[in-house]
Amino acid sequence: MDASSPRSRRQVLTALAGAGSFALLAACSPPPSSSPAASSSGSAGAATSAEEAGGMDALVKAAKAEGQLNVIALPPDWANYGEMISAFSAKYGIKVNSATPDGSSQDEINAVNQLKGTSRAPDVLDIGMSVALANTSLFAPYKTATWADIPDAQKEPSGLWVQDYGGYMSVGYDSSKFPEVKAVSDLTAAAFKNSVALNGDPTQANAALNGVVMASLANGGSLDDVSEGVEFFKGLKGSGNFIPVQATSATVKSGETPVVFDWDYLAAANAKEVPTWKVFVPADATLGGYYAQAINKQAPNPAAARLWQEFLYSDEGQNTYLKGGARPVRMDAMTTAGTVDATAAAALPPVTGTPVFLSEDQATKAKAALASTWAGAIG
Amino acid sequence: MSAEVVPGVAPLVAGAATAPAAPGLRRRATRRRQVLRVVLLVLFAAFFAVPLLALVEFSTRGAGGIGGSRSFAGWQQIVDYPDLVGAILSSLELAVLTSVLSLALLVPTMVWIRLRVPQLSRLVEFLCLLPLTIPAIVLVVGWAPIYLWINYFTPRAHQSSPLALTFAYIVLVLPYSYRTIDAGLAAIDVRTLSEAARSLGASWGTVLLRVIVPNIGPALLNAAVLSVALVLGEFTVASLLNYVNVQVAMNNLSQQNSSVAYAVATASLAAVFLLLFLLSLASRRRTRGSSS
Amino acid sequence: MSPRRVTGGRLAWLGSLPFLAYVGLFLLAPTVIVAVGAFTDVANRPTLANIRVLGQRTVLDSFVDSIALSAASAVIGAVLGAVLAWVVVTGNPDGVLRRAATAVCGVLAQFGGVTLAFAFIASIGNQGLLTLALDQVGPRLSTGWLYELPGLVLVYSYFQIPLMVLVFLPALDGVRPQWREAAETLGGSSWQYFRHVAVPLLTPAFLGALLLLFANAFAAYATAAALISQGAIIAPLQIRTALTSEVLLGQANAGKAIALGMILVVAVAMTLYALVQRRSARWLR
Repeated sequence: MDASSPRSRRQVLTALAGAGSFALLAACSPPPSSSPAASSSGSAGAATSAEEAGGMDALVKAAKAEGQLNVIALPPDWANYGEMISAFSAKYGIKVNSATPDGSSQDEINAVNQLKGTSRAPDVLDIGMSVALANTSLFAPYKTATWADIPDAQKEPSGLWVQDYGGYMSVGYDSSKFPEVKAVSDLTAAAFKNSVALNGDPTQANAALNGVVMASLANGGSLDDVSEGVEFFKGLKGSGNFIPVQATSATVKSGETPVVFDWDYLAAANAKEVPTWKVFVPADATLGGYYAQAINKQAPNPAAARLWQEFLYSDEGQNTYLKGGARPVRMDAMTTAGTVDATAAAALPPVTGTPVFLSEDQATKAKAALASTWAGAIG
Repeated sequence: MSAEVVPGVAPLVAGAATAPAAPGLRRRATRRRQVLRVVLLVLFAAFFAVPLLALVEFSTRGAGGIGGSRSFAGWQQIVDYPDLVGAILSSLELAVLTSVLSLALLVPTMVWIRLRVPQLSRLVEFLCLLPLTIPAIVLVVGWAPIYLWINYFTPRAHQSSPLALTFAYIVLVLPYSYRTIDAGLAAIDVRTLSEAARSLGASWGTVLLRVIVPNIGPALLNAAVLSVALVLGEFTVASLLNYVNVQVAMNNLSQQNSSVAYAVATASLAAVFLLLFLLSLASRRRTRGSSS
Repeated sequence: MSPRRVTGGRLAWLGSLPFLAYVGLFLLAPTVIVAVGAFTDVANRPTLANIRVLGQRTVLDSFVDSIALSAASAVIGAVLGAVLAWVVVTGNPDGVLRRAATAVCGVLAQFGGVTLAFAFIASIGNQGLLTLALDQVGPRLSTGWLYELPGLVLVYSYFQIPLMVLVFLPALDGVRPQWREAAETLGGSSWQYFRHVAVPLLTPAFLGALLLLFANAFAAYATAAALISQGAIIAPLQIRTALTSEVLLGQANAGKAIALGMILVVAVAMTLYALVQRRSARWLR
């Protein structure tokens, strides 16, 4: 019974040794399983374009043979992905498994690593630019049929990632509770007490990061200097206007978060819950941001993944994004060609200023600044 | 210390008549105690009920907001989400599997240690308390590589089944099960029972299944109940390991349709309560105060 | 004493091998993986950079806040839970109240996360049921505190109190009424009985349960994530940021270092708990 006796000491050491060896074994990755899907899809599985796969028909045939597509972090109300998924499913008869709708881009990468070699691994990823740039080793290059329409700055040369849709950072608010918002500085008024929320923490979520940068632009800062944005939110917190709760569709519906800094296309989702929801994009701080699409190199359904890409970048897919209030990446080309959905384009929130975009260097600088100042300002 | 006095006094008193010193005083004190109990119960019930009522109110909110008409669309639409029903069933299977397997792992081990290797009891106790020391979000980080191996060995058709979470959940219920079973084993004289059975020719299996287990029935039931509640309420591990159990499914649903999601949440709370209540009816109650 | 050996020979410990192997693989191995990960960088080279993260102002503050939150909700949960346990145990042991209360506590002790957070938002948030109801009768409640540490303490109590009831009921069950009667026969009042008999007997179990509640609150994460999504004010949220942030990338090993810090804090608490637990078991036998 004596814990210090040599016998029990030996036992403890044996237990630790056993645990250590288990840990060593476990820490090594299992051998990559030869995915049966990849071999059966034949050339379609590793194709870098539809021609390489043997033409669109061959690609469709291979995808239908696979029968499934695993997508991740695609909320149905985000850029109209709900309609996108059901349209794709109906058109090709492929079952779409949508996992973790509220995941962040990093969650998607974690899932790719965690589910490597299983049938549940995500096939395609819709991720923020920083995460895309940091993980190109996980992607497979693919150029869709409409490759040429996409501006060079918005795609990786070999097709490892391609931007798909974007929008502008906006202030969404319930117009039945507040007067029309004409400037970001309006939010400091007493009428907005306990009302303003961000969509997440800027050191955690891309949308929130862009929210702070936009506030910075609107308050005299610049793309290189996010401190004005931090000061603005610090002021909001001090005057009691800012609430730190995570803004979700439930909190919008219950009225807990009647003002949210978020992408303009997400207003569509909020308008469903609160019909009087309006969106304001400041003219002096028109901050745009695009998301990127990529194919998992070890996708369990590679042909279906490539067909999904083709669908997203087709006129039909891009117009579906447009209907959701997001700006598709091929918008300029489609407007010239006349294939754009005119009513949906007209319904986009009016943007009067000159759009600016965060470059990767500027984003890195902003992130470093936020990492050191945000918690102190808002805590 | 008066505590040392009490064991000496108890045998003296046990046989004697226990007429109280002042009956009237006793009755008044008892009535006061009853009133206090009722007041406290009402206060606690109010505290626990308010958030649940708020959930129900939100899930039945119609178009007019909080003051408007009630709408039961949220509750009626629960059946429109087959994924959710599937997740609920998997979670129930998971709960049963976890409680049965954790008991199957713990009970023979604890009996064996009590009988044959008491030197290990401290080590086992420490190991069983360890999962409380290590937060779930930390364990998940360590489980990730192990689950890569589990996924590797799982046949493709079953790879999405959350039943693989059993391995993780057994670890999470260890502290609760251990304490409950330990209390149960401490209350019976394991050594005498097992030696008596062995001397009558019983095998170890018979000793375990037909002698010891029936005697610690209430403790086993308690441990099973705690395991079921833990598994049904668990979210962090399942979501970070990318499995879909009932909590993850409800969370996903709350993105799409918050009314339905919170209707499901309230319904599942009520269902688990009913389950636990019925399970408690199945246990024999040792009457309070009887010295065993 | 029977001539047959009471304890097993050298190979007797093999009987506990299945358990030890299981725990070794699924509990100790992950812990070792986390501990090792805390000392390596992304390329698996040894480094102390992750440990240095623990010294950052924000991380230290989050640990202090975590400990404060856990201690406060543990104390509140323990005291109120003990009171509720007393109310339940003084009723009929076979009655509906006891069964229903145990079932309710069993459900609510594991209730947490986004649903619990939203339940509180919907009741005492700015647009909550209770807030709006109270608006009708009196001045507006200041509700900003729900989204700060005091609010978290209240929300944590919602599952701490039931957990306390579950853990403390067996201890209260062990208090024999003969002892109270003995005290009364000896001329003691209720208060003296409480102070000199009940409290010393129950203190070990109470302290053990208190430490259990502390560990439970310290590890809780999903509820806080939903209520206070800004600033990662407690340690588990720091780990979440390190693991899942799409803004600050490559922090996974820093998360493991913070995890190691959490393990150390709770290990101290749990060592105390194990010591106290052994003492209380002796008293009740």
